[in-house]
This record gives sequence, structure tokens and C-alpha cells, in this order.
Amino acid sequence: MKPKNQRLLLVALAAAAVLGAVLLAMWGLKDQAAYFYTPADLAAGKAPADKAMRLGGMVAKGSLQRAPDGITLKFNVVDGDAKTPVVFRGIAPNLFKEGSGVVAEGSLRADGTFVADNILAKHDERYMPPELGNLAAEHKAGKTLRR
Amino acid sequence: MIAETGLAALWLAAGLAAYQLFLMVMALRGRVDVARSMRSVATVQGILTLIAFAALLLVFARTDLSVALVVENSHSAKPFIYKVAGAWGNHEGSMLMWVTVLSVAGAFLGLFSRRTSERTLIAALGSQAALALGFYAFLLVASNPFARLNPAPLEGQGLNPLLQDPGLAFHPPTLYFGYVGLSVAFSLAVGALLTNQVDAKLARAMRPWVLGAWIFLTLGITAGSYWAYYELGWGGYWFWDPVENASLMPWLAATALLHSINVLAARGALKAWTMMLAVIAFSMSMVGTFLVRSGVLTSVHAFAIDPERGTFLLASLATYVAAAFTLFALRGATLEEGAPFQLISRETGLVVNNLILSVILGIVFVGTLYPLFVEAVSGEKLSVGAPYFNSVAGPLALILAILVGIGPSLSWRREQRPVFKLLTIPALLGVTALVIALIVAPGIHVLPLFGLAVAAYLAVASILPLVGRNPLRAPLATWGMVVAHFGLAVALAGMAANAAFTSERLAVAKPGDVLNVGPWLVQLEGVTPTAGKNWTAMEAELRATRGSGAIILKPQTRYFSDPPTETNEAAIETFWNGQLYTIVGKPDDSGGWQLRLWWKPFVTLIWLGGGLIGLGGALALGGRLWRMRRRREASAEWRKERYA
Repeated sequence: MKPKNQRLLLVALAAAAVLGAVLLAMWGLKDQAAYFYTPADLAAGKAPADKAMRLGGMVAKGSLQRAPDGITLKFNVVDGDAKTPVVFRGIAPNLFKEGSGVVAEGSLRADGTFVADNILAKHDERYMPPELGNLAAEHKAGKTLRR
Repeated sequence: MIAETGLAALWLAAGLAAYQLFLMVMALRGRVDVARSMRSVATVQGILTLIAFAALLLVFARTDLSVALVVENSHSAKPFIYKVAGAWGNHEGSMLMWVTVLSVAGAFLGLFSRRTSERTLIAALGSQAALALGFYAFLLVASNPFARLNPAPLEGQGLNPLLQDPGLAFHPPTLYFGYVGLSVAFSLAVGALLTNQVDAKLARAMRPWVLGAWIFLTLGITAGSYWAYYELGWGGYWFWDPVENASLMPWLAATALLHSINVLAARGALKAWTMMLAVIAFSMSMVGTFLVRSGVLTSVHAFAIDPERGTFLLASLATYVAAAFTLFALRGATLEEGAPFQLISRETGLVVNNLILSVILGIVFVGTLYPLFVEAVSGEKLSVGAPYFNSVAGPLALILAILVGIGPSLSWRREQRPVFKLLTIPALLGVTALVIALIVAPGIHVLPLFGLAVAAYLAVASILPLVGRNPLRAPLATWGMVVAHFGLAVALAGMAANAAFTSERLAVAKPGDVLNVGPWLVQLEGVTPTAGKNWTAMEAELRATRGSGAIILKPQTRYFSDPPTETNEAAIETFWNGQLYTIVGKPDDSGGWQLRLWWKPFVTLIWLGGGLIGLGGALALGGRLWRMRRRREASAEWRKERYA
């Protein structure tokens, strides 16, 4: 192969690789990106069932129950008037408690219950999950929670 | 006084960096004679940043509470090692560390580089100074680490307990050595593009820096992964968190660069591509720093509310990357074409390696930045996690691992031997592993299944370059390659085994209760309070047996008061064939405790593999440096004889 053709071929391959990466990424993102919803969004029927997503809001006071197995937690996440029941099996993060903010990762069942695989709460005074930071900031600013 | 000395040293270093830029311009305009002082100026600049960094260490070691940064991040009751490590466990301190490593690397480049031409070296040192100048400006304008606080408070605010760990002391510095080592590759590429001297000699000068940076990145990522594994208490070793991806992206680019640079050094081919990779690799380091340090990850909104730092970082990142790519676009096309090669050859193998690595890099890059992009544009919030990265990048990584077994057996230019015959045994082994895994674990997922098969194949295939010759006579660099590729197989086996065979048990236990996980029976003996220097804890005592003998594990939940935080301290017991990983959670009302137990067969292979990959890099680096030295001595002797 002539050096010139070889260079052209290499350039073409590199371009194909970049294009391939972007297409693959887009295809993956379409299926796998987990969107962030609030209970109000779920009440308005904006979220699809059985798809990975994040749910954010406050843990409703008086709603936290532990199932007899000692491991399963049930609580309501609220945002204004809307509320979503959440089921979580596992050890909750240390700063998870009623009346504080929470982000749950999981999916919505057809009956409107949110099954959480993972719960993120404030780690310490300074760090909190990104979405919670926004919730707090937006509450402070007196805005309603709208996506 | 100490803080002021540090600040003064920083200003002086910034002044010298600006002077270096002037010297570079003079040299490029043909006045190399004016720029001869470049090497010494670079050295002095390096020393000044070391003084500034030493000053920061000192105020932290003494808990000088008149310095704002110490107040925000330290506490007099903290163990001494974490006081010192706290110096870089925060934004300002870590940026100072970054620029210190950057300018010390510049000083070393000036002191030890003998392979590049004078003009290219001067241009490279100028480029290094230009990088440093941006970070000096950032420190001095937007994040002064030496700012005083008047009046000084009586006590500091403490350091996040998650960060009070030996892992913290070594992890960020290791990664920074890697990030910043790539800056030298970047600067050499920029210098060579400026002076039009991209050739095999440049590649050989660049190679030790890339290798060194890559070793540090490899070890940093491996150590960080183990740190997250035992400290976060989630039992996972990689979370595809943006902060982790920030270190993975430069590693992927550096791995590609490491391979293409060999083509340039050995055959003079892939010039433009290698220069572009050198630019991309350091750009990824800067993207990583931007992601971690700008606050953009916490929230795009927070970024907009407190824009000074983030905007500054983004602007300097954009400037450097744009300048380097403009230079590349102007000069890249004028580079001479390299030596030609046939379709089945070592060169093609390395091109394919580079293409796959680049595609994986692109996938990680898009997945990491997509949520930020979407939120900035539409305000919609989303996250991209393990399912995306595993399903899109995982299969590509396996294909790459298959090719890793083939490439090193090919010869340069064109292959005439029956190479693929050699691969019969490894391939058969892979198929055997596949069948065994299907029999042992019929419900196994596709990715771990093929992971195990490819690992078995690669473990043998990676040794092929040493077969058919005297292994003791093989160059150290070949040994390095073999060890690193074998390490890849080991790490892959660990990841696949962990994904396929982990058993988990989550339950509430009262003292005396027995739980089983995998082959283990674990009994909760009791839970007792205990205390350390700056924490109190509830400690569970677990008695674990499998067959004969018993071991005791003591996981804790720790409570820190400054700042008020709780952490889970996992208790982990390592065996040759896996790890028993235990966590104690909260008590319930009836006197039981939440326990989370994992049996993770062969999980340690992941980090053992990472260590082997780093060791392979170190062997290759040692071999290259030794050979360079011997060659220099030989030529000195030759000159002596000739002119005696």
C-alpha cells in the first residue's frame, strides 16, 4: 500500500471510530440514562414504569416503617402535596431519617410503589447528592419544584 | 510568616513562568542564544513551588488556625498523619499540589532531557510554563491557600471522616503524578509541533514520561478502587462515578499513547496520531481536574451560583485544549508520512488497539458529561450509571482483551509466520473455561461468562512473547509487556468471578444468631461500644467458620463529632480464594442488629491484576532507562577512544 493511501485509510478508520463511539454511546444512553423525578412528576404520570430512575424529595414525617424482617424499609417521599410510597431493602445510609432529604435509585412499579435499590442521603454537613443540593437551593429561593 | 513565605514563593514562581514564555517566543523566532537560561529558570521555578508546598504542609502540621484553609479543613484533635494529609484533602491545597508537581516535572525535563533538540526542548519547557501559569493565576486569584483569618478561631472545623484514612494520604498524590506526568508528553508534543521535529527521537524522549505517568495512574486507580471498596462499605470496587471516570479517562488515553508511541519510536510511523493522543491524554487530565475541582458535579446550578472557580478552570481548559488542537491542525498535515506496513503486522495490531481504546474513551467521556450537558441545556436531571458503561464499554473491552493476546506475537511491517497456530492452546483454554463456568454457574450473565473465558485465554496468550526464546535473554521491556498483559488477564478474572460468584446475605441478627453466606456460617457474638481518638463506635463481634477453625471479624459503625458524621467500617478477611466482607448497620427495636455479609470469591485478583499491570510498566520503564544509560556510556567511551 502506498504511504499516502495508508494515511488516508488511517484517517478514515479514526473518523469511523469516533463516529462509532458516539453512536454506541447515544444508543446506550437512550436505554440506560436514569432520569430524576419528584413525587409530583410521578403523580402527573410523567414517569414510565419499570425503568431505572431516581426519585428525590423529603422523607415524610411519621411514614417510616420497618418490616418484620428488620431489613425492609417503607416510607413516603413527599414534595408539596404529592407523595410516593417507597420500599427499600438494605442498610439505609447513616444520615437517612424522617424529615430530611433523600434520593432513591430504583424503578416504579405499575401499582405506583417505588422500589429502591439504593438510597443516597446527606453524607455529612457539606456533601449531599447533587439533586438534593438543588432541592434545598430551590426551596430556599422560594421556588416550587418543577423540572 | 510561614504562610507569607509560601505565598511569596508562589508569586515569584508565577513571574518566572511568565519569563519562560518570553524565552520560548525568542527561541522560536530564532534567538536560541537568548533562551539558553531556560533550563535553569525551569529548575528555579520548580524549587519555588516546592517551597510553597512545604509551607502549606508546615501550617497544617502545626494546625496554624490563623490560616483560613487550616480552619476549614483541620482540627487539633486529628491524628498527625491526617493533619498533614489534610493539606491536600481540600480544593486549594490539592491545586497547589497539582501545580507543584507540574513545575517540578518541568524542572526534571530541563535537567535530564538529552535526547531532544535544544529548540524543541526550549519550546516544550515554554509550553510547560504556559500550563503552570494558568494554574498559578487560578491559585493566586481564585483560591489562595495561604489566606489568613483574623481573628483566628479557637478550633478548626475538622475533616470529613471518610477522608481520614491512609488511602487518602497516598491516593491523590499518586493520581496527580500521573495526571501531571502527561503534561510533559503534552508539552513535548507541542514543542515538537512548533519546531517541526516530530520523529522517532522525540518518541523515545517522550516514552519514559508517558510510562511513568501511566504507572502512577494505574496504581492510583487500583488503590482508589480498593479504598472505595473497603471504606464506603458498599462491597463494590468501581461505581462509574464521575470522579472515578475522571481518572479512568486519562488512563485510557495514556494507554493508547503508550502503545502508539512504540510505533513512532520503532518505525517512525503514526506521527500525527501519536501527537494528537499526547494532546488528548493531558486534556483528559485537565477535564478530570475540572470535573473534580470545579463543583460542577455537585450541580450545574451550584456551578452557576459560585462561578469563579469553575469558570476559571473551564476557561483555562478550553484555552489550552483549543490552542493545542489549533497547532495540531496547522502542523499535523505537514508531518512527513511514516514507514508503510502491511495489513497483518504489529503496526496494524497497535492501530486497532488504539482505535478500540479511543472508542471506549469516547463512550466513557460521553456517559460522564452527558448528564451535565443535558442539565445545562434543558434543566432536565438524569444520571448515567453502571448499566450504561457495562453494556456499552464492557463488550468492547473484552474484544480488546482478545486482541491483546494476538498483537504482541506479530512482527513489525509484515507477518509471515503462522502466528495464529500459536494461539490454539490459549483459545482452547478459553473455551474450556467457558464450558466449566456454564456447568458450575448455569445462571451466569453473559459479560462475566465471557470475562472468565477471555481471562483464561489471555493468561496463557500473554506469555507467548517469551515462548520460543530464552526468557532470561528477553529485553526487560518485553518482560514488562508480558507482566502487564498477564495482569490484565488477572484483573479481568477477578472482575468476572466477583460478578458471577458473589453471595450476599442481608438480615437482622440477635446475639447468638447464625447466618450463612456462601460456604460460611457467621455467628453474631455481641455488639459493644468502643472509642478511638476522635470517634466512638458500636462494634459487632462476628465468629465465622467454614468447616474447621473460626475467625473473628469486628465491623463497626463509627460516630465522629467534628463534623458530626457516621461511617460504616467494614471488617474484611482475606483468603487465597476470596474475601469475607462484613458490615454492621443499625439496631432494631427488639435487640437485633442489621448485618450485611458478602462472600466474594477471587475478588482480590482485581487489585492484584492492577498491581501487576503497574509492575509491568515499571519493568518496561526500568529497561528503557537502563538501555538509554548504557547507550550514552557506550557513545561516551567511543568518543574518548576516538579523540584520545
